[in-house]
Amino acid sequence: MCLLVTGCGGPFSALNPAGPSATAASWLWWGMFGYFSLVMLAVFAVWFYAMRRDPGDIDQQQSQRLQNRWVFWGGLVLPTVSLAAVLVVGLPIGRAMLPLPLEQGEPLRIDVTAQQWRWDVSYPDSAIMLEDRLVIPAGEPIDVHLNSADVIHSFWVPRLAGKLDVIPGRTNVIRIQADQPGIYRGHCAEFCGAGHAHMHFEVEAVESEAFQTWLTQEQANE
Amino acid sequence: MSELRNAGNRSRLAQFDRVWGNLPGWGQLSAVNHTSVGLRFVVTGMVFFLIGGILAMLIRTQLALPEQDILSSSAYNQIFSMHGTVMMFLFAIPVLEGAAMYLIPKMIGTRDLVFPRLSALGYYCYLFGGIIIVSSLFLNMAPDAGWFMYTPLSGSFYSPGLGPDFWLLGITFVEISAMSAGVELVVSILRTRANGMSLRKMPIFCWYILAMALMIVFGFPPLILGSILLELERAAGMVFFEVAGGGDPLLWQHLFWLFGHPEVYIIFLPGAGIVSTLIPVFAQRPLLGYRWIVMAIILMGFISFGLWVHHMFTVGIPSLALAFFSMASMLVAVPTAIQFFAWIATLWTGRVVFHLPMLWILGFLIIFVAGGLTGVMLALVPFDWQVHDTHFVVAHMHYVLVGGMLFPLIAGFYYWLPHVSGRMPSDTLGRWGFWLTFIGFNLTFLIMHLTGLFGMPRRVYTYEAGLGWDLFNLISSIGGFIMAIGIAVLILDIALHFRFGQRARQNPWNADSLEWAVEMPVSTYNFASLPDVPTRHPMFEDPTLPQKIADGKYGLADISHGLREIYGSRAGTGKVMQVIHLPTNSWLPLQSAAIIAVVCLGLLTKFYWVALVAAVFAVLSLLRWSWHNGAHASSAPLTDGERTDPPLHSRMLDSPGLWGMVVAMMGNGTLYASLLFGWFYLWTAAPQWEAPTQGPLALMPLLLSGALLTLAALVFRVAVGRLRAGNGNGMQGLFWIASLIGLIHFGLLLWVLLSAPLEPTELAHDSVLTVMLMYLLIHSGLSTVVTAMQAMRVQLGYVSLRVPYEPIVVWPLWVYTLAIFWLAVAAFVLLPMGWGAA
Repeated sequence: MCLLVTGCGGPFSALNPAGPSATAASWLWWGMFGYFSLVMLAVFAVWFYAMRRDPGDIDQQQSQRLQNRWVFWGGLVLPTVSLAAVLVVGLPIGRAMLPLPLEQGEPLRIDVTAQQWRWDVSYPDSAIMLEDRLVIPAGEPIDVHLNSADVIHSFWVPRLAGKLDVIPGRTNVIRIQADQPGIYRGHCAEFCGAGHAHMHFEVEAVESEAFQTWLTQEQANE
Repeated sequence: MSELRNAGNRSRLAQFDRVWGNLPGWGQLSAVNHTSVGLRFVVTGMVFFLIGGILAMLIRTQLALPEQDILSSSAYNQIFSMHGTVMMFLFAIPVLEGAAMYLIPKMIGTRDLVFPRLSALGYYCYLFGGIIIVSSLFLNMAPDAGWFMYTPLSGSFYSPGLGPDFWLLGITFVEISAMSAGVELVVSILRTRANGMSLRKMPIFCWYILAMALMIVFGFPPLILGSILLELERAAGMVFFEVAGGGDPLLWQHLFWLFGHPEVYIIFLPGAGIVSTLIPVFAQRPLLGYRWIVMAIILMGFISFGLWVHHMFTVGIPSLALAFFSMASMLVAVPTAIQFFAWIATLWTGRVVFHLPMLWILGFLIIFVAGGLTGVMLALVPFDWQVHDTHFVVAHMHYVLVGGMLFPLIAGFYYWLPHVSGRMPSDTLGRWGFWLTFIGFNLTFLIMHLTGLFGMPRRVYTYEAGLGWDLFNLISSIGGFIMAIGIAVLILDIALHFRFGQRARQNPWNADSLEWAVEMPVSTYNFASLPDVPTRHPMFEDPTLPQKIADGKYGLADISHGLREIYGSRAGTGKVMQVIHLPTNSWLPLQSAAIIAVVCLGLLTKFYWVALVAAVFAVLSLLRWSWHNGAHASSAPLTDGERTDPPLHSRMLDSPGLWGMVVAMMGNGTLYASLLFGWFYLWTAAPQWEAPTQGPLALMPLLLSGALLTLAALVFRVAVGRLRAGNGNGMQGLFWIASLIGLIHFGLLLWVLLSAPLEPTELAHDSVLTVMLMYLLIHSGLSTVVTAMQAMRVQLGYVSLRVPYEPIVVWPLWVYTLAIFWLAVAAFVLLPMGWGAA
């Protein structure tokens, strides 16, 4: 449906993924959307038929049997099987989105401090500071360490990954990755006061070599 | 005039009208009758619904096009915060409570709720609290930190205005009404059913309401505690949610959602109850799967307390906890599916008559199933991380709440209208109302799922053009206005029907349950005589029941004594065990609520001495209320030839008052448990938790004070034991002694608090400890005062061997006071000492 409307596009669209986490989440969406649509239509169909049909003469015993059959298959088996399927597929996918240790090496770390209403970005291995903008190498996992200087915010780049809250007193870590170079937009997802609607930022993904060059240049400028 | 009145019963029914009727004119304000109070709740709730609806229209107007500036950011934030607050706290819950208060006594075959004055108090607290909250909109100082009030945004630093105070104080005030309705409905359902109506013979709706009422009792206290703590942090500078000093903003989220999630089911259960009631009536066959449904209701009640964390999937909690809450959240689908398929089975085996209420049930089916399925999607953590706090959630939540609550509610309105008005609704206008609402709703919210998936976050007052959101938002806004027209048509239809509707005959839908055995329009006392109901479908089995009831063929048909009487029955079997005297019209509820409103306004405007004086008066007013109870000589004079089969409730040890006390203490205990949770949570999870190296309380005086409390409770226990054994010796003296020891304990505990070097404005540790000590002091003080009153009542003859009822009611208060004291000592003194030693 959304393909008809605008081609799933839009710079904030979770259905137009550009990183592994967002891609997995969008597949989850399409899978669940398809399956649950079927379930929904089936329930509607049964309900409508049940209302229209002529039951004829049904005695107490027959209706008891009917009831047990409906409740057992529809009320117990259907949800249990569906939920088990969703969890078995979904939970490992969710685990893969967490900032777990890599098989080799360490992911690049970027520190982000959110405050009303901007994002302060710093690269702890160098002295680079940016505002409302992250520069990352494409194709590599990045761990963003989130801190708040005031209220609760939430860090979200829909095309790259899900969101994570930025909470005073805590450091939360979210892993993002962009498959291709490009500019990916993000914004604050937790209501944070008057300027919430304008608390945007950008993630600029560049090729690895270009990123190294950028790092050296910026450091020289500091 | 009802068709049930005839020459034979007219004069007796007129006498019933006099005894049970409200006072005329301004005297209406003193009404305590459940029919009056229930309808007032419903009508007031609908007014708030319209206010909330207008706010929704403003939101949709602002978002219809990108980059609009009809509303400023500040105005928009106030409006969306108030939309949620009004719809949840001032519409959904009160309307359902009101409907339950109206219907329950009629369904279980009695004349009123068991604590009528409490109904009235609840209504006035709701009305005054609601007015206070909504007035903030007109003063342009409405809360603007969301209906969820997350700290630190709602704290005094980031929200220095009065907005959050309006919210915290107003909502807490309104919650008094929810708690009182909860207690009252539980006790009424359990203790005042018609003779022979065992739990398994109860109409299914009563099971839903019983579950809802219990969930209110256990679900609201965490929010009440959270609101009190946040207001203390804002007004008195104490530390609970502030990181510096050892608080944690996440504690607020836990307390809020510990309430907030059960709340969703508190709203859904009565809706589902209406569906379960209507489907069998329109299928013209008894509900199939009654036992399955009862089981599903109970299961739902339990599960709903175990999944609050799914509102917090993005705060960064351990992944194992996420998996657990993910599973728990999805588990709710099971009891929901059980109910759906029991309904399908009922329709399958019945012959469906398609009237207007059924149309709304159909709307419920379509909308709620869709909302339930997106709910399962949201429960899956990796998907939730994407759509959390986007318009996808807004869409989901409206599908669940509008589908699960509003549509069944309107179905119920149409179904029970003849009851109130004696007239039938029209079909044509009603259908227009339904289709406009249904189409408008889906147009608004179906497309909004996509808006969210395309990345539009919630609670933004405007958005850039060209992000792919423009068309979706325009469609949503158009749909919103169509829905508003639908609601307008609906209101018009209902208003017109009071004048032009066809006269309804007795039991117009051919229903099975007892509420259709009353006169139409309904009388204040419901039943002129109280029948035995040994069946689940009394009206199917005996269609002549209404006339027999009106003719006085059953119990308590005599009204010549001029007192309001109902039966009290056993909780399980429904066998009648006593006659309960109910209080008549009273000004005490209005007076008490008005004084509490002054307390609330005093705190709001920071005139603390006004609040303090008013609080003293509020306590006095409530004590005066307790003085005039069912054992008072004016309502149950001791006479020689009084009835003994069954006896009066005040002559028995097991009374509704005892049940009310125990249920109230369960709610109170939940508040206490929430405070203990806060203590342990901050201790173990707050990022900057600090505890003083030396425990700040003087240990020996504290333990001595506890010993005195234990002694006082024991003395009280001796008096109660003697009463139970039929020995009235020295009761007055024992009560005086217990009260005196309680007083010394109170003084000592107060000294412990005042002499402790506490710094509640610096350390969360000291703040929590202070609140705990205050909580203990309130309970010790209360136990002491009511025990002194018991001594006086023995003197006056209101309490004696023949009237043993009250001390039995007070006893659980002593047990509770004792338990919280020693638990507090263990949690706040012994455990930290052991920790430090280890």
